[in-house]
Amino acid sequence: MRKGRNIPLTVYALGVYLFLFTPIVVLVLFSFNDSPRNFMWRGFTLEWYPVLFKDARVLGALWISIQVAAIAVAGSTVLGTLLGLGLARLRGGFGGGIADTLILLPMVTPEVVMGISLLLFFALLFDAHGSILQIAISHIAFSISYVTIVVRARAVSLDPRIVEAARDLGSSPLSAFWHVTLPLLMPAVGAGAMIAFALSFDDLIITSFQAGPGSSTLPLYIYSRIRFGVTPEINAISTIIVSVTAVIILVAWRIGAVKPAKPQPTI
Amino acid sequence: MEAATNAVPEIRLRDLTKQFREVLAVDHVNLEIRTGEFFSLLGPSGCGKTTTLRMMGGLEAPTSGTVEIRGNDVTRQPPERRPVNTVFQNYALFPHLNVFENVAFGLRRRHETKDEIRRRVGDALALVRLTGLDTRSPDRLSGGQQQRVALARALVCQPMVLLLDEPLGALDLKLRKQLQVELKRIQREVGITFVYVTHDQEEALTLSDRIAVMRAGQVEQLGSPEELYDRPRNRFVAGFIGTTNILDGEVVSVSQDRSVVRLGTGELCPGPGRAPAAGQPVELAIRPEAIELRAMPGGAERASSLGGSPDGGASALRGNIEQSAYLGTGISYIVRTVGGQLVTVLCTRPADRFDTGDLVELAWEPASALVLAPTDEPGQAAAQSKTDAQEA
Ligand SMILES: Nc1ncnc2c1ncn2[C@@H]1O[C@H](COP(=O)(O)OP(=O)(O)OP(=O)(O)O)[C@@H](O)[C@H]1O
Ligand SMILES: [Mg+2]
Repeated sequence: MRKGRNIPLTVYALGVYLFLFTPIVVLVLFSFNDSPRNFMWRGFTLEWYPVLFKDARVLGALWISIQVAAIAVAGSTVLGTLLGLGLARLRGGFGGGIADTLILLPMVTPEVVMGISLLLFFALLFDAHGSILQIAISHIAFSISYVTIVVRARAVSLDPRIVEAARDLGSSPLSAFWHVTLPLLMPAVGAGAMIAFALSFDDLIITSFQAGPGSSTLPLYIYSRIRFGVTPEINAISTIIVSVTAVIILVAWRIGAVKPAKPQPTI
Repeated sequence: MEAATNAVPEIRLRDLTKQFREVLAVDHVNLEIRTGEFFSLLGPSGCGKTTTLRMMGGLEAPTSGTVEIRGNDVTRQPPERRPVNTVFQNYALFPHLNVFENVAFGLRRRHETKDEIRRRVGDALALVRLTGLDTRSPDRLSGGQQQRVALARALVCQPMVLLLDEPLGALDLKLRKQLQVELKRIQREVGITFVYVTHDQEEALTLSDRIAVMRAGQVEQLGSPEELYDRPRNRFVAGFIGTTNILDGEVVSVSQDRSVVRLGTGELCPGPGRAPAAGQPVELAIRPEAIELRAMPGGAERASSLGGSPDGGASALRGNIEQSAYLGTGISYIVRTVGGQLVTVLCTRPADRFDTGDLVELAWEPASALVLAPTDEPGQAAAQSKTDAQEA
């Protein structure tokens, strides 16, 4: 049933969106500003983008970000998928409740706290003081929760009989996982991977505790540049990051991150 | 062939038991299923049919007891190693694969050649009359079509035994009848043993060579449809297979070919010659179609000729028509006897038409009334198995 528009609600929603997106729109607009200083519109230009791609420090930071993200996505997707599947089977019971709560914890822990704890973890146990691998492992630590939750939501809605049918038709447990469970979980696994990428690609706070010399990611680089003033060049980098992240999250949403697996039609 | 295959049953269950925490789902079941037969497990909801079937297929591990297939103990074998395949109640088709790939699944796991797979999937789809739907996705099939895919997917593996768990349960009545006929045809064509789970007694009677009636995790009676219908062993089976009237009473006298039973209401009625001694309690089962209704003139005192009783010892029950229902094949009446006992009668002859309130006599051949073995009430049996479970 379609109801008539609720005008106050529409206005309110528009207000919220305006509040959320105006800063981003301004940032994007000023990346096309024909002036080395911000906050004064001088006219349209595309010159800042080519400048970026010639800047060795920007490209270097981008390359580090990509390496970190690749390791973080691979690690958190594999571990998070397995954990999500395990938690789906563990449903109910006291143990299940505890496991569910623990997996949410990294999502609500303040990033500063998480950053410090990871720093201590690496420094005390491994005497490590910043590297690409260390950053990537930190990213895995906070991305796993997201992958797990997305995968678990779908795994819970999988009919266990479908896996039993695979076993009945001659699949070993591993083969049933490979040919049935994994393909059916794939949308969630893909969505989880994309969320992990987005999280890794624009994390600043946790990364700042793990980075050492020669391992500055793109957000860290931007942050260090801001101290010398926000330039259109920074806006241009930020615009690229925002666009990439937005596209990835959108795709993740579309392929069914939060949607449950399609139930068998009932007759 | 018969002698050889009868020697080793296709499936033998020995003391098969399954305990789920506090529920004793299957309780020391012993069964022998013969090669090539259509065997049904029949019983009310929750009696352990599905659990029994799943233990045959290896999808559930028994708490104790063994499963043998053609003489081999497979109790510890995982499902993928057993020569049986299952048609699941909700079909459990693979939603990410099309019809062809669903059916080909088992063959691919065995690494059959491409040509072999194409040929056998084609044959299987033809067998279930689904040719041409190869590239359809399962969620774009009707319930009946999904059911056929599930059947083809299991049969293509050429199992020794096909296990079916209420395969028609989700379909409407008409489609169900149609698929019953097809199932029987397919079973004849492929010639393998079918073990069929259902709670629909009519379906079991129509399809099966033999039926095991289950209650509370145990087999109550095993036999052909005729045996179960004509000679139910106890009140539970009599009540579960078809409709029947069960009359509680006490034997008054027994002679050569008939007896006289006094019902709880005090009325006398005829019973079979093979009855307990006079004075013993007895349960009589009489099928509604075995009873004949006769109009009684309003003032008649006695039904002397009823039941062909020359000795006059047994009279027939009398009562008033309380309800009637037209069933198409006949008319079903519910009669309240003078003593207050309700009796269901099925008249298939159109001549016998009575109106509500009419005074009638109920007559039956003494031999058509069956003496049931005394049993616990189902409720008691369930309670009993529960206490057993707790002790275990
Ligand atoms: N996985 C399980 N965990 C706990 N109890 C179970 C489980 N599976 C079955 N049971 C219990 O075991 C008993 C037998 O169940 P089963 O599914 O075999 O019954 P059924 O005869 O197939 O019934 P229906 O006709 O409703 O399908 C029931 O009391 C059920 O609640
Ligand atoms: Mg069942």
